[in-house]
Amino acid sequence: MSLFQPHLLAQYLVSADFFHGAMMTLSLSIASLATGLVVGLVLAVGQEVPLRAVRALVVFYLWLFRGTPVLLQLVFAFNVLPAFGLLLPGFACAVLALGLNEGAYMAEIMRSGIRAVGPGQRLAARALGLEEWRVMRWVVLPQALRIIIPPIGNQFIGMLKLSALVSVIGVQELLLVADQTASGNFRYIETLTAAGLYYLALTTVFMAIQSVIERSYRRRPGARRAVVAAASSTQFIR
Amino acid sequence: MIRPSDDAAQPMPRLLDAVAIWKRFGGLEVLQGVDVSVTPGECLVLLGPSGAGKSTLLRCLNLLEPIASGSILFEGREIANTPRRQAALLRRRMGMVFQNFELFQHLSAEDNIAFGPIRVKHMPVKQARELAGHLLRKVHLPDKAAAFPDELSGGQQQRVAIARALAMEPALMLYDEPTSALDPETVGEVLNVMQELAEEGMTSIVVTHELGFARRAANEVVFMEAGRVAHRAPVGDFFNGSAPDRVVRFLNRMHA
Repeated sequence: MSLFQPHLLAQYLVSADFFHGAMMTLSLSIASLATGLVVGLVLAVGQEVPLRAVRALVVFYLWLFRGTPVLLQLVFAFNVLPAFGLLLPGFACAVLALGLNEGAYMAEIMRSGIRAVGPGQRLAARALGLEEWRVMRWVVLPQALRIIIPPIGNQFIGMLKLSALVSVIGVQELLLVADQTASGNFRYIETLTAAGLYYLALTTVFMAIQSVIERSYRRRPGARRAVVAAASSTQFIR
Repeated sequence: MIRPSDDAAQPMPRLLDAVAIWKRFGGLEVLQGVDVSVTPGECLVLLGPSGAGKSTLLRCLNLLEPIASGSILFEGREIANTPRRQAALLRRRMGMVFQNFELFQHLSAEDNIAFGPIRVKHMPVKQARELAGHLLRKVHLPDKAAAFPDELSGGQQQRVAIARALAMEPALMLYDEPTSALDPETVGEVLNVMQELAEEGMTSIVVTHELGFARRAANEVVFMEAGRVAHRAPVGDFFNGSAPDRVVRFLNRMHA
């Protein structure tokens, strides 16, 4: 038996199991990122609210979710929540844990976007007679959005890879499919290479989409400031 | 042209009358009992060294900054203690122009001007754009409707900012050092627009260091120093040398 068998690799690449695993990885990532965006927006706006109790709650959330491993959060959601009568399917557990965790990081990105919109812009909007929430909705958020699009793209690519953690709670995503396949015949080289190629294909596609979006924003006037701000915004390492 | 004249039988009712305005930032007394007022159609220029409290005073007048004590009568109503929500309503009646223009970066010149009418007055978009086109002609920028702020020079941006304030049809315009951030060659175009508006009867309060503008457009000049009104005079008297020594010294420094 040779060390590397190309026909096995080819067979895995076109197999229904691997394809479904890749689609599971993709839908997990999209659902978790979407959850993270909503949670992040709520947290980011919450930090701008003039009520101390609301801000304290946000700080507590960030402390909790950024201070513990996402793997722990995942296993916690899967193994501890049922004890409290909350029995969720694996996919929902995964989206819950990854989404809530992502929200804590997304909040920071959104906050940096909101903060990058100068105080003078808010003052000008208030001087026109806008109430506070309209200032946020029509002046701050539209400008912040341009600033946070590139880092959100990075977060999505990070999420594609992070979703491999979900294999520990039995969700049939790419890595678990590869692992299970290999456990039958011990062909780790071919199974893991097949999974790796799927990951590379997914991340490549999304990096390409990201660069198209960024270029279209750069062409638009008014984007110069946004691009500079995005380049200086915080990048996160997990 | 509606401008107050000295021989008017009745004194004009004041559009804005602020009395004994006090304002603190932390332990610092920024405004210490300032009185200012304007009658309709009048242009009031606020002069004084930086740190005198001129910009703070403007922000207190349109309630962007809360005051510690004092009275602000605007269009016949006491507005000094207006709650936040109603303060937003009142601000619609006062246009404000900032040193750094503060045009909304994500909107074209036309949309910057139409923004207030659309988002605050809920004017139909088509009508607001027509109004914006009209105001762009008024500030001599008829061909810049589609331009974004970072495609415009400082002077052009400031004229768009003036049009944006005018779009709300304010009773009073507040200018906070409108030409201080401009290249010298574009200062004139902004001051011209402001002077034209004043001559059309737009009531305005202008914080500026442009003495030439004060001479040409002001009816009255107020000199502020260290949070107080140090001198106040009709424009003719202010510049004829009868002002107190320290005002004259300041004016001479400005010319130097």
